[in-house]
Amino acid sequence: MSSVLQPPAAPVAPARIGRARPAPGQRLGTASGAGLGLAVLWLSLLVLLPLAAVVGKASGAGWSGFASAFTNAEAFDAIRLTVLSSLAVGLFNAVMGTVIAWVLVRDNFVGKRLLEILIDLPFALPTIVAGLVLLSLYGQQSPIGINAYGTKPAIVLALLFVTLPFVVRSVQPVLLALETDAEEAARSLGASPLTSFRRIVLPALLPAIASGAALAFGRAMGEYGSVVLISGQLQYKTEVASSYIYKQVQDDDLAGAAATAVVLLLISLLVIASLGALQRWAARRG
Amino acid sequence: MASASTGSSERSRIALRLLAIGYVGVLVVLPLAVVFWRTFDQGGSAFVTAVTGSEAVHAYRLTLVVAGSAVVLNTIFGVGTALLIARFRFPGKAILNVVIDLPVSVSPIVVGLALILVFGWQTGWFGSALQSAGWQVIFATPGMILATTFVSLPLVLREVLPVLYEAGSEQEQAARSLGASAPQRLRRITLPTIKWALAYGVVLSIARCLGEFGAVRVVSGDVVGQTQTVTLLVDGRAEQFEPGAYQLWVVLILVAALCIVAISLIRPKETS
Repeated sequence: MSSVLQPPAAPVAPARIGRARPAPGQRLGTASGAGLGLAVLWLSLLVLLPLAAVVGKASGAGWSGFASAFTNAEAFDAIRLTVLSSLAVGLFNAVMGTVIAWVLVRDNFVGKRLLEILIDLPFALPTIVAGLVLLSLYGQQSPIGINAYGTKPAIVLALLFVTLPFVVRSVQPVLLALETDAEEAARSLGASPLTSFRRIVLPALLPAIASGAALAFGRAMGEYGSVVLISGQLQYKTEVASSYIYKQVQDDDLAGAAATAVVLLLISLLVIASLGALQRWAARRG
Repeated sequence: MASASTGSSERSRIALRLLAIGYVGVLVVLPLAVVFWRTFDQGGSAFVTAVTGSEAVHAYRLTLVVAGSAVVLNTIFGVGTALLIARFRFPGKAILNVVIDLPVSVSPIVVGLALILVFGWQTGWFGSALQSAGWQVIFATPGMILATTFVSLPLVLREVLPVLYEAGSEQEQAARSLGASAPQRLRRITLPTIKWALAYGVVLSIARCLGEFGAVRVVSGDVVGQTQTVTLLVDGRAEQFEPGAYQLWVVLILVAALCIVAISLIRPKETS
């Protein structure tokens, strides 16, 4: 596969490990034990302690802090906008990502390699650059006369740009490994292309589509750099949760920022867990 | 009947192809083309001024220090921890495996906030200790390095680990029984095994670290001329409608393109 820059496939990785688990390894010696201690210390200082500090700060303000994420109109609007546009982006990616993966695997045409590279480009580009790219085409000085600056569709567009590779890259390997004989049998028995796709290909792809959509959703929930320029960050209208948290930090309201962050994280975990359940259900059924 | 069915499948194939190309075209190609056109429309001298000004040079230097340190830290941590996970058994391995992936699912802004809550002088858990020692982490380079390291933490490790599993430990054990020391085994056997996966992980990390924006913006304070990396400078220029955002953009995209080329050169060697 000529995938260039795969998205960091976090949920996929443990499965990869599980499959290739070798015989139980050696016991820790002095040097390796010290290495493990160092790694755990580094991980705690860099990741665990700071994340614990966010949760601690948020709960330090008591329930009122969390409640304000729902009662404060600005916070509520920002979270609702983020969740709804991320869901839309996940769904849209599930469809378009599958189409693109299908075209890349089953079709053959001049310029297919270029399409392959273009898919990965949004992942290699710095997010602020992605924002600037979209602003130049769909902003106030748009050469094609479409000014989407400061509108909700512009946010969805930016999120679609940065999440382009996720579903494509998770569906592509599965489709590549899928034998075509069942499809051909269905077709020879008179099934239409649509029917054979719906009854044979889609069930096999569903777990990969769900995991790709979950990655895209998670990325969209936390996205900041690509959205910041084109959204205009208008209060109550185009301010996403990350922008709102940034503003809270700038205003020195760290407890409020932490509370919003925890709420955002919980919603994100909830959706990703349910997509994981869908993935397992589809895998059992298929 | 058969030919009609082939015809309709041919039509749907073409339709899907056009849909995929059209979508990628509108979403990616068209905007890219416009930015390139804008950049060079403003002329060559504007380009040179924008990318060689003192503000820009300072930003390059800072970006190199921050991204370079983060990549080195993640490479050492990634290879070391991958070796520990693949070759040793210890309690808590499953938890370690989950914690390593945490950073990719956290918003960069929240990453910045989290670091401020631990390392900020006024606000952090270690704040007063750091202040009395005179170590400024937040609003300074060390904090920016920590933030960048955080967001790119698992990239090297996740590329190296599967290769280590696949290779198994027989060769290393054989070398050990023949009397090779641990550093010898690492240099002569382990590193040659993982070198392409390692190179891939490092290039991925470089792309990710150079482009980091949100987390660095929060912990750096975004001070003009002091803690502005290239991405922060691009944002500053674009938001203030100052000239020079598009020109720096071209520098960043050239680096990204270089990374993609490097990776596509690495990939085939890995399979052959």
